[in-house]
Amino acid sequence: MANLSGFAALADPTRRQVFERLARRPSSVGELAEGLPVSRPAVSQHLKVLKGAGLVTEEREGTRHVYRLDPRGLGAMRSYLDRFWDRALAAFKEAAEKETDS
Amino acid sequence: MNTEVAVGSALSIVKQITVEAPAERAFRVFTANMGAWWPREHHIGKSALKDCVIEPRVGGRWYEVTEDGESCDWGKVLAWEPPTRLVLAWQLNAQFAYDPSFVTEVEVRFTALGPKRTRVDFEHRDIERFGPMAAKLREEMGGGWAGILASFAKEAAGG
Repeated sequence: MANLSGFAALADPTRRQVFERLARRPSSVGELAEGLPVSRPAVSQHLKVLKGAGLVTEEREGTRHVYRLDPRGLGAMRSYLDRFWDRALAAFKEAAEKETDS
Repeated sequence: MNTEVAVGSALSIVKQITVEAPAERAFRVFTANMGAWWPREHHIGKSALKDCVIEPRVGGRWYEVTEDGESCDWGKVLAWEPPTRLVLAWQLNAQFAYDPSFVTEVEVRFTALGPKRTRVDFEHRDIERFGPMAAKLREEMGGGWAGILASFAKEAAGG
């Protein structure tokens, strides 16, 4: 269930935009704010949520704080899908075995 | 050398199950009755999931219908070969948003092992397209696959 918080964090469209930009390249708050129709404090707030959800990491490079995607976040994505298909296929198997051919 | 080849290969989730049902029924339940077995909380619409629909032809839509009547695309049909093979395009990206330019493939093959027994080979491939960090995920895959195959072997032997 811990992974779901990551997906919940991405339910907000602006937050998703921030995440997608970081997927393309690591950026500072200022760089992110330049290309988005929201203020720097708003971007910082979104980054805080993304960081809390384990999707983004923050690193200091000189005087800049650079944000990038947390690879462990995508590991969570993969294992989430893996567990999802296990459940889905088990449910499918049950449904197929329960049904009769008419 | 083998490692280099592996690094260049696509990242997949691979599963195999055996279903006590004829292949025709397995294929039909997987496709026409998907709404009956799809885990309810796994969907993207705003209101509750009502049904999952796969239009039965190449190029057909794969979508969900919510209780409010909203329809949300998930992807499309890439191969439609009842009762042996189905390939779907999963077009929900890492943010679980439908993106027509994003494609990962879900292939399901149904092999009759007997009149009432079918092997289902499942693969969700192109997982690396979910993000630029996918190369990192490969390291985690080895154990994952081995574990999955072991548990299915156990299930097959027991069932």
